[in-house]
Amino acid sequence: MIPEILEVTSLSLQVSLLATVISLLVGLPLGTLLALGRFPGQRIALSLVNTGMALPPVVVGLLVSMLLWRSGPLGDLRLIYTPTAIVIAQTIIAAPVVTGLTAAALQQLDPRLRLQLMGLGASRHQMIWTLWKEARLPLLAALMAGFGSVISEVGASMMVGGNIRYQTRVLTTAIVLETGKGNFGPAVALSILLLALAFLVNAALTWIQQHGQQTKTHQ
Amino acid sequence: MMSLFDIQNLGVQRGGQTVLSVPALSVKEGEVLAVIGPNGAGKSTLLLTLAGLLPHSRGQISFRGQPLASLDDLAYRRRIGLVMQEPLLLDDSVFNNIAAGLRFRHVPRPEITRRVEHWLARLGVAHLHRRPARKLSGGEAQRVSLARAFVLEPELLLLDEPFSALDTPTRTHLLEDLQALLKETGLTAAFITHDLDEALLLGERVAVLIGGTLRQVGTPEQVFSSPTDGEVAAFVGVETILPGQVVKAEEGQVVVQAGGLRLEAVSTLAVGRNVLFCLRPEDVTIYPPEIPFADGQKPHPPASSARNRLQGRVQSLTPQGPLVRVVVNCGFPLMALITRTSARELQLAEGLPVSASFKASAAHLIPR
Repeated sequence: MIPEILEVTSLSLQVSLLATVISLLVGLPLGTLLALGRFPGQRIALSLVNTGMALPPVVVGLLVSMLLWRSGPLGDLRLIYTPTAIVIAQTIIAAPVVTGLTAAALQQLDPRLRLQLMGLGASRHQMIWTLWKEARLPLLAALMAGFGSVISEVGASMMVGGNIRYQTRVLTTAIVLETGKGNFGPAVALSILLLALAFLVNAALTWIQQHGQQTKTHQ
Repeated sequence: MMSLFDIQNLGVQRGGQTVLSVPALSVKEGEVLAVIGPNGAGKSTLLLTLAGLLPHSRGQISFRGQPLASLDDLAYRRRIGLVMQEPLLLDDSVFNNIAAGLRFRHVPRPEITRRVEHWLARLGVAHLHRRPARKLSGGEAQRVSLARAFVLEPELLLLDEPFSALDTPTRTHLLEDLQALLKETGLTAAFITHDLDEALLLGERVAVLIGGTLRQVGTPEQVFSSPTDGEVAAFVGVETILPGQVVKAEEGQVVVQAGGLRLEAVSTLAVGRNVLFCLRPEDVTIYPPEIPFADGQKPHPPASSARNRLQGRVQSLTPQGPLVRVVVNCGFPLMALITRTSARELQLAEGLPVSASFKASAAHLIPR
């Protein structure tokens, strides 16, 4: 029992962290472009991303299932009911969250700061890097929100992962299974584990956030 | 001496409308140009265009003889320094804020430390170097902002109303320090302000922008005593502006019929010219009315070379700090600025008859 729980917990953490990191790699540049760039359709793109922040996980599960289904367009990749499929679905859920909150974080900065940085001789990359540093607190919050949206979701993981024991079972799908069987004891234990995990990851990010807040007072 | 920058026929558009038009303006190496004008006159637009941060739709800006358009954008921006109205400091220590521009330029670390420490001390903020920049007072923040620009040792320093949000004592100190720094470093600078005192203190030459157009460039004396049009005159503090006509001209002296009176002025304009008769309030003297004595003899007004002596009544008195603004109705409202002591000694009150005088050389005529 214990080794199985550890495995489920480990898979949950791996899948959700990987999905969050990929979301960050996609969402940070995209959110920056949406906040700072000037291009036609920018507003529409921004509202699409904001809508994406409320994307129901079951809808994402359905979409990814249809894509990865054996007879689907990406069926040959044989990814359905694998951890990779869960990572793909969770990335689709978390990426709009990270993108939208990144854009919001950068839009909160004084627009004249960009002019001032350019006036100090910053290249475009140096300017963006400096703006990210300026917005580091809300950006970390964006990351936390992204992680929070995937560690807790169950619909998509269930649909594209299949909740296969020793293969694709994660904490949330395991809780659904145990509850369905009326095994409330294990379900409660798994729930506490899930909460503890979410707490630990967020506590670590909060520590980084607040530590940054304090150390920036020093040179 | 060679021009550091030279503007020809510059036009900047925003939303299809021309917001800035500068026919010609150049600044020599080592010169401090004050750009003055009311709010919304296009001053900041001019500065941002010079900084290479706003595109221009027509004309040309040359920097050391080379058109700005032909220079690499980043390389050019790294030759200038920009200080904006708000300090816009980074959420970091004072030291790191001042070092930011040097780090952008990949200056070696020991040199960054040396230069930042020098400018921290030079601007009197060395004791604050570890402080979070966001926790500074307005004056301290603007000192850091100045240090951040000076540390770059730019070829051109652009300052956009850097002291306008500060209280008067802080502003005065900073202005004095900036004046000393500019002198010491010999930096070429363009300083934007809507404050005439700041322009007079810092500017070796003054450029006046009104309604998006450069109206006049000259030494402070030229701009303040000989404004080129009525709007410039009003902006630089000429408060009595009367339309009139030259009715007599003789050896550099003219008589202008204006406001129903014949007023003398020093000018070479010919008879028949329509003019604006301009007078600054501080050039007007007020003294007790010239009431004839009982024997019919006129009293002797205070000894003065003033050629213009007018009679009128006090229309209004408005205290302004240590001064009092007096409006004397002489057939037209004549504006005067006198000390509180003078106002008290003259026992000025609304409705009181008074005499006012001003020298012919104090009046300035603008041909229309």
